[in-house]
Amino acid sequence: MSNNKTRADEVGSGVSPSLSRRELLKGVGLTGAALMTAGSSSLSAQPANVVASAARIRVTEAFETLTAIESSTLDAFASRILPSDDLGPGAHEARAVHYIDRALAGALAASREQYSVGLAALESYSTQTKGKSFHLLSASEQDDIIDAMTQNATGYPALGAGFFNTVRNHTIDGTFSDPYYGGNRDFVGWDLIGYPGVRIMSTPQEISMGRDLAPSRQSAYDMPAHTKDPVGPGSSSKGDTAHGH
Amino acid sequence: MATELPRTDVIVIGLGAVGGVAVLPLVNAGLNVIGLEAGGWFSTRDFAPDEVRNNLRDWPQQVPKAKSEIPTSRANINFAANQGGGHPMMNGVGGTSLHYWAQSWRLNPWDFKTVSETTNRYGAHRVPADSTVEDWPISYEDLEPYYDRVEYVLGVSGNAGNIDGKIQPRGNPFEGPRSRAYPMPGLRSSGFTDLMSEAAKHLGWQPFQGPAAINSEVYGDRPGCFYHGFCDRGGCHVAAKSSTAVTTIPEAMKSGLLKVVTHARVLKILNDADGRVTGVEYLVGNQVLFQPADVVLLASHTYENTRLLLLSTSREFPAGLGNNSGQVGQHYLSHHQGAPVTALFPRNLNNWYGLPAQGVAIDEWADDNFDHSNLNFIGGGNLWVHTDRKPISAAKMTTFDLVPNWGAKWKAFISENADRTNSSYIQKTTLPYRGNYLDLDPQVKDKLGFPVIRITAEHRENELRIAAFTQDRMEEWYRAAGATQIIRAGLGGAMGPSTHAYGGTRMGDDPASNVTDRFGFSHESPNLGILGSSVMGTSGARNPTLTAQALAWRTAEHLAENWDTIAG
Repeated sequence: MSNNKTRADEVGSGVSPSLSRRELLKGVGLTGAALMTAGSSSLSAQPANVVASAARIRVTEAFETLTAIESSTLDAFASRILPSDDLGPGAHEARAVHYIDRALAGALAASREQYSVGLAALESYSTQTKGKSFHLLSASEQDDIIDAMTQNATGYPALGAGFFNTVRNHTIDGTFSDPYYGGNRDFVGWDLIGYPGVRIMSTPQEISMGRDLAPSRQSAYDMPAHTKDPVGPGSSSKGDTAHGH
Repeated sequence: MATELPRTDVIVIGLGAVGGVAVLPLVNAGLNVIGLEAGGWFSTRDFAPDEVRNNLRDWPQQVPKAKSEIPTSRANINFAANQGGGHPMMNGVGGTSLHYWAQSWRLNPWDFKTVSETTNRYGAHRVPADSTVEDWPISYEDLEPYYDRVEYVLGVSGNAGNIDGKIQPRGNPFEGPRSRAYPMPGLRSSGFTDLMSEAAKHLGWQPFQGPAAINSEVYGDRPGCFYHGFCDRGGCHVAAKSSTAVTTIPEAMKSGLLKVVTHARVLKILNDADGRVTGVEYLVGNQVLFQPADVVLLASHTYENTRLLLLSTSREFPAGLGNNSGQVGQHYLSHHQGAPVTALFPRNLNNWYGLPAQGVAIDEWADDNFDHSNLNFIGGGNLWVHTDRKPISAAKMTTFDLVPNWGAKWKAFISENADRTNSSYIQKTTLPYRGNYLDLDPQVKDKLGFPVIRITAEHRENELRIAAFTQDRMEEWYRAAGATQIIRAGLGGAMGPSTHAYGGTRMGDDPASNVTDRFGFSHESPNLGILGSSVMGTSGARNPTLTAQALAWRTAEHLAENWDTIAG
């Protein structure tokens, strides 16, 4: 997958090689929060290098349905459901939120309203009880708030446990889906549970290898037979495709 | 208003699992057939290994007509009937046989004679008093030649258990005698099914690879199964699944006598003053057409078969076509397939690339294969475990209450255990009862303004007792194979919409309690035939499709052989 650059690689090379993806996103989140709280005057507070580098970023993700603050809240939320830790990457690295954002424009459109209300409630409860936006809290503070949500705690404003279940389901969908749908970036979800990937066929010998079978590292739509491209040899080259769009 | 088309011999409404079979004996007899199908054609290119599309988004089941006519459902008249999120069946040439699990069982002989066999062995009082179950008008032996025919025409793999009365070592010892072996050996086993088979043998049970309408080797011009793991609710990417779309329908089209009309939405079956059907009115795009025919075969699954009859009212049939008896919609049941048992094993099972039909079955606790003298139910369940796992559903595995369902502990749990769990599939004897029925919903309508089907039905004591009993047997089996954790689902309640839906147009000799005669033709409208599991009066403890297909072939053959009498 060497040709399939992640957004972090591209953004990183445009800003500063020393910035990790996580730090960078924290920075983006801060900017978003500042925009929300301080109004349009804070636009000028954006770091000059971010603005300058924007033109050099190949756009691979956009907010198709979620607002910027919704996206930050949801990413932080999904990251507590399936955290990054010593065991490996989590929902954040899988870009589960990218999957959800796109799905809300189409197959999950019926859930859009629930996300608006649910994420606003989460954010409002966070600022009321902890004095900060949810995505700026420490992990343990975020977990306290998720506990309040799942237990429908007194004072929790709206859509508690039901919204948690929706987000949990969609976070799993986004983390473990075919990467075509915008999540499971770099197959981090499939690696986590030892799924060796989609393939056209499997032999008894391959199956007996289980987790030790070399991962196929492909999307269903890397298979030429299942794309809208004309069918024929050489119409798609495995591994060069950037998953998601 | 409707434009009248040139007359044909036979119309088949619905080219799915059963309509798609019936067309072949009809064209073989030289009859001109028009197949009206609400969906379109699919090809192997459509069937990508995509869990999101197949299993989360119900593609292609969500495609055209079925989506707007999902039945409403309630347990009994004390509840409001609600419409669920999806229709169990899909539209398309080949219908649900495109993406089903393709388990292709024959019913056991007991399923045809439940009342008389129970009475003989235990006494008539053992048949539940509120059940409307009858013996079928035909026996297993009557249907055997048709089972054999469709197994060979479609391509069914399996290991025979009883050939001409001689018990075979690798098949189901409880099956009825078959005239010859399956055309192909059973699908291959897997490490997991081998583990379960060994455990079953330790318990003294006889495990066997279940039968499937999936090639286990090259059959005709189609390949054997590729075992890529996306068979569940997915069409086959190499046409190894023996759907009617790749078998009987193209075979029938070669004759030039079958005309397939896609995206045709049938509105009504019409009849004359003698009560004989005259043809079918259908909608394509915004055009209403009338297709006259000598005979109509209705093959659109239990809910739509019942619905179209109830919607086809006339002066002769004010309560719906063939329903002056009031029997259309009665004796409905949907199969008790729920109440699974789920197990956790201490090691990986390597189940990522299997398929639901790659399973091992136990029939010791099905039907009347065991002594019920000291039990409080009749019938039983077929125990089934199979190899099938996909990543999203794997990550959504139960936590067995060992860890929370989110956070770092949960992540570590699924990372370790995603390939260590298995859930059983237990199909149980399900009976028809007074108070369980289908009718037209008084409020909910489809996009054209026609009422959808309303299901009023619930499982009764007999089903719930079987469920509890078979869960015990299933836990015993899992424990014998080394499972360390077990979770049991609830025993079941309402009979919601299901692919395994029976009755509504039951087959039987008595016109007062049945809609069709023993050959599947309407008691009241003799040139109307009805195909599908809607004619079946009992479920058995196994999948209905092969039985419905054998019956469809038999009905079509009966029509061809008695053309002058039936077509008038």
